[in-house]
Amino acid sequence: MKYAFFPGCSLESTAWDFDHSTRAVCGALGIELEDIPNWVCCGSTPAHTSNASLAVALPVMNLQKAQRMNDPVMTACASCYARLRTANYKVNNDPAERKRAERITGKPYDGSVPVHHVLDVLVNHLGIDSIRAAVRKPLAGLRVACYYGCLLTRPPEVVAFDDPEHPTVMDNLMAALGAEPVDWPYKTECCGASLSMTHVNVVSRLGHRLLSMAQQAGAQCIAVACPLCQVNLDLRQADARAAHGELPQTPVLYITQLLGLALGISPKELGIQSLSVSAESLLTSLGKIMSSIKSEPGRVAPAVPGPTRPGSDEKTRHLLHDLTNADSADMAAGAGGKP
Amino acid sequence: MSNLLQWNDADLAGEIQRRSGTKVLACFQCHKCSTGCPIGPDMDLLPSQIMRLVQLSAESEVLGSRAIWLCASCEACTTRCPQGIDIAGVMDALRMLAVERKAALPDGRGRQFNRSFLGSVRRHGRVFEAGMLAMYKLRSGDLFTDVGKLPQMMAKGKISLFPRRGGNAKEVREVFKRAEEEERNQ
Repeated sequence: MKYAFFPGCSLESTAWDFDHSTRAVCGALGIELEDIPNWVCCGSTPAHTSNASLAVALPVMNLQKAQRMNDPVMTACASCYARLRTANYKVNNDPAERKRAERITGKPYDGSVPVHHVLDVLVNHLGIDSIRAAVRKPLAGLRVACYYGCLLTRPPEVVAFDDPEHPTVMDNLMAALGAEPVDWPYKTECCGASLSMTHVNVVSRLGHRLLSMAQQAGAQCIAVACPLCQVNLDLRQADARAAHGELPQTPVLYITQLLGLALGISPKELGIQSLSVSAESLLTSLGKIMSSIKSEPGRVAPAVPGPTRPGSDEKTRHLLHDLTNADSADMAAGAGGKP
Repeated sequence: MSNLLQWNDADLAGEIQRRSGTKVLACFQCHKCSTGCPIGPDMDLLPSQIMRLVQLSAESEVLGSRAIWLCASCEACTTRCPQGIDIAGVMDALRMLAVERKAALPDGRGRQFNRSFLGSVRRHGRVFEAGMLAMYKLRSGDLFTDVGKLPQMMAKGKISLFPRRGGNAKEVREVFKRAEEEERNQ
């Protein structure tokens, strides 16, 4: 499996941990990534709200470069993903848009380069079973709120690889890692996105709602697949607390960081240390569970401390039982690590 | 009898319909967009009210609203509209028209952020965040928000004081120039 990788600007700076963890998990799972040479910014929200021609031309420049590589494109940033997909959609559905984009870039483009998000690649291309087989350190019983945000699932005719109102792919991925995805109603509610720069008060309000709901649902951490979601819930968590009242510290990790931990990649390589809200206590409790599983196979490990939820202990027990058995069977068959 | 709901502005509805490629006249005011809008509580006009005012071609009311600059482009309204109207696309078209027609902006921050962001892309081919941030702060006059976060972000490698190489800035500048010409000629 090989993809032309479009990292995007965020992955070079505020989301370098998303970049490193994406490359690390893809490497471990046998997904080859080659960066699109000389890629340029997709234009993001500022382009589509200020110049309609530019909003298609910038993504098309990158898709033209990718076309020469003959591989499908993979992105990690949900915003880049939406912009590249939107450009393809416009080029494919409006001949005038296609001609305009070709005039601006000075090169032909037929709208045929497929664009996928890393979550789509992991769950739908590689497959949950392959991932499950590669798990070496299950995230046993870790209660995760899977936060998809806006642009991974909307609008469905442009980006859809899952249901726009009730997506489940990330939940399935987390369950395969041994974590316990919680039911919560704000999976696709907006975090305020780029208003983060201009209207901090709006982003604090939305962040507080999301974080409180995740807590109410019993989550110990939030999984995200977008650099803006991560910044707005992690870096801005203190702002949300200051403006709208106390909240427990909730670490916000990229899906690739959680996957990387489960694959046995070191937290440092995954950039876990760069989170604003530390995930250290989470890792410590996971580590304790892991060591107790290792030292006494078959014995049920204590649940990770945090808000309790009815039925979760029973579920955790079954999960741990399955995972410890599956883990040792996989190890015996040599299926851990690279498939 | 005088009609209070009579605006004399040119055909805003037709212009927005042409630019956004979506049928703004199909809106029948079900308010589903407003109900699900995450930014609704912060807006001066709700998305459904914007849609109605566009239909009525109430140009100064719409182009001078805060709401069009507060839209986060989350596409919840576009996804849920029973009439299949791309409401987020209408918001984009309204922002562009507001700038083009030099409408009095009640809050210039969105416009200044766009200019700073795209200026950075034009110069470097990619966003150079520290430079973009500095430009935005100078333009908006909002000098102190988040400055306290910078040392922590720098320590964690999340923001750099120097732009990265790559991105083919020359090629990008040409594309910007031609895209601007296209917008002028439409």
